[in-house]
Amino acid sequence: MQLFRSHVLVCGGTNCTFANSEKIIAAFDKNLVENKLENEVKIVQTGCFGLCEEGPIIVIYPEGTMYFKVDVKDVQEIVQEHLLKGRLVSRLLQQSSEAVEGEYAIEKSSFFKKQMRVALRNCGVINPELIDEYIAFDGYKALGKALTEMKPMEIIKTIKDSGLRGRGGGGFPTGTKWEFAAKQDNEQKYICCNADEGDPGAFMDRSVLEGDPHSVIEAMAIAGYAIGANYGFIYVRAEYPIAVKRLQIAIDQAKEYGLLGDNILDTGFKFDLEIRLGAGAFVCGEETALMTSIEGKRGEPRVRPPFPAVKGLWQKPTILNNVETLANIPVIMLKGSEWFASMGTEKSKGTKVFAVGGKINNTGLIEIPMGTTLREVIYDIGGGIPDGKKFKAAQTGGPSGGCIPASHIDTPIDYESLIELGAMMGSGGLIVMDEDTCMVDIAKFFLEFTVDESCGKCNPCRLGTRRMMEMLDKITKGKGVMSDLDELENLAKDIKASSLCALGQTAPNPILSTLRYFRDEYEAHIRDHKCPAGSCKALLAYEVIEEKCVSCGLCAKNCPVNAITGSKKEKIPFVIDQDICIKCNVCFEKCPAEAIKK
Amino acid sequence: MKTLAELEEIRKRTFDEIGMRTHTDYTRVVVGMATCGIAAGAREVMNAFVSEIQKRDIADVNVSATGCVGVCRLEPIVDVIDKDGKKVTYVHMTPEKVAKVVLEHLANGKICLEYTLQEEE
Repeated sequence: MQLFRSHVLVCGGTNCTFANSEKIIAAFDKNLVENKLENEVKIVQTGCFGLCEEGPIIVIYPEGTMYFKVDVKDVQEIVQEHLLKGRLVSRLLQQSSEAVEGEYAIEKSSFFKKQMRVALRNCGVINPELIDEYIAFDGYKALGKALTEMKPMEIIKTIKDSGLRGRGGGGFPTGTKWEFAAKQDNEQKYICCNADEGDPGAFMDRSVLEGDPHSVIEAMAIAGYAIGANYGFIYVRAEYPIAVKRLQIAIDQAKEYGLLGDNILDTGFKFDLEIRLGAGAFVCGEETALMTSIEGKRGEPRVRPPFPAVKGLWQKPTILNNVETLANIPVIMLKGSEWFASMGTEKSKGTKVFAVGGKINNTGLIEIPMGTTLREVIYDIGGGIPDGKKFKAAQTGGPSGGCIPASHIDTPIDYESLIELGAMMGSGGLIVMDEDTCMVDIAKFFLEFTVDESCGKCNPCRLGTRRMMEMLDKITKGKGVMSDLDELENLAKDIKASSLCALGQTAPNPILSTLRYFRDEYEAHIRDHKCPAGSCKALLAYEVIEEKCVSCGLCAKNCPVNAITGSKKEKIPFVIDQDICIKCNVCFEKCPAEAIKK
Repeated sequence: MKTLAELEEIRKRTFDEIGMRTHTDYTRVVVGMATCGIAAGAREVMNAFVSEIQKRDIADVNVSATGCVGVCRLEPIVDVIDKDGKKVTYVHMTPEKVAKVVLEHLANGKICLEYTLQEEE
């Protein structure tokens, strides 16, 4: 094997690939040859570093220098300056960071300082398409340990003691789930990996599959040995083509090395798995619907109990674990349950990956110890709210979760505290909202999603969510009445109580939590016909404040529908014709004198 | 099919190659690669380091480039910084001298005093 003095890691996650990272790799290849560096420097395509906002990202080792927003035309400079002459290309370093001379290693940046990467340990470090690189960082060592040194019950005890809970949303203790399945007396059992990540804005499972697919495969084999299963399915959305491709490469390589198949590591243990592609239905992320879909039927949920651990795929005992949950397993096996349990809070151990999006500077993927406060996530890691706006609320758990208002920004994030606030951990989508976000509109946005995605099997979800949406629509158009609020709340509680699966049971959460914290906003829409955030178009009227108008004409010049008239020459104040105005907000943004109110 | 022992072998071999991505307690070999250094033959010196280290299978050493420290007349200059941060500077390096530095200093911990900067009396 050839030794290279320097490794250039180029992010090959979906976001950076979208931002041309493949062309950057090609440019590196070309420039290295031109500078005769091809035998000294190695280019590695790796998984997501997490700072997607600043992509495409490259990291150069051994120094650990991270370059941001790299363009194809920057490559030549990086090769000639950094790789050839050892000089930093400082204009591509993180601008906002308080970097000190000599401290350009990625671990030192504020984005990474408070993070703790367990599930994402290999993302952005290894080439996910090379099994040897996974093995180099102790890959498949945990499987070897499990098969040669441990009994199935010992493995289950380790996972139980670690306190690991399901990272897909529910937070059910993983070890207990395994124990249920292990106790079933059945010749055929199955392991399923739930990679049907459907929450809008959540992409942690995708990043693990893209950046470290072998960790999921290894964990599934360990789970198989622990409960006595010899076959597994990874159910992944077809909308994740890069993840599917790398997963398949990883499975093929594991088979080639005999880490999947018959007689694994010469221990007589047999385990195999295959990928099943989901067709994009949100409900298939629900475990019973997911299994129905794998069986080849229409993806609809069924009543629980019996739980999958008792009767799952084809009526056989089945374990379903989320991608991130599985990615934690090999590390727990190697470092021990005590190590894992030492991180986090009393009831929520370990770390959690969040996909941070919305009104925040550093959108991307982060992994933090449980119990980190929302303030640390938003201001320390996330870099705060753009344009100096005020933080209003954060939505966790996507359409199934709820919002955490600014007054609770110092709450430590774990399963219990989020549920107490009326939100939930969910799969880890974290959408940040600023003062310009209307909470009624947000509730409506998430409800539109669940209305679309309701599978239609049970009435409360199919009909109820639609009725709730109609009420919200009425309110955002200023046509609501006060009694709508109580009706909305009652209906929401009924749907929660009577829906068949988690989709319907959690669909009212965004409404209930916004009603809980922002009832005054709902009331303002109904009583005053006003949207306090200035976001619901039907309730807006743009007007020029005559005394403030400097007659500069900028509003009229930029108005796309010529709704504004006045005269710059004769200093006649401008006015907006309400019948023509389409409420696009352009005049409001362009006015230099803040003379337009809405 | 691979056995556990074979897996361990792959782990070691690959880690030597890519360990620099996470490992911090490395001995660093820093070669001056500014214009003056390159003109004096720093590229050949650097390549010699990489190939000698590989040939002798020395782990935990990485080679990187740096700029000009200002004493261009002594180029190619190479700093060897050990895990505790102790630095030895070699001057007027050549690929032949590299072979000896790798063998004596990197492999056996003995500094090659004759290649270091000898202050003129």
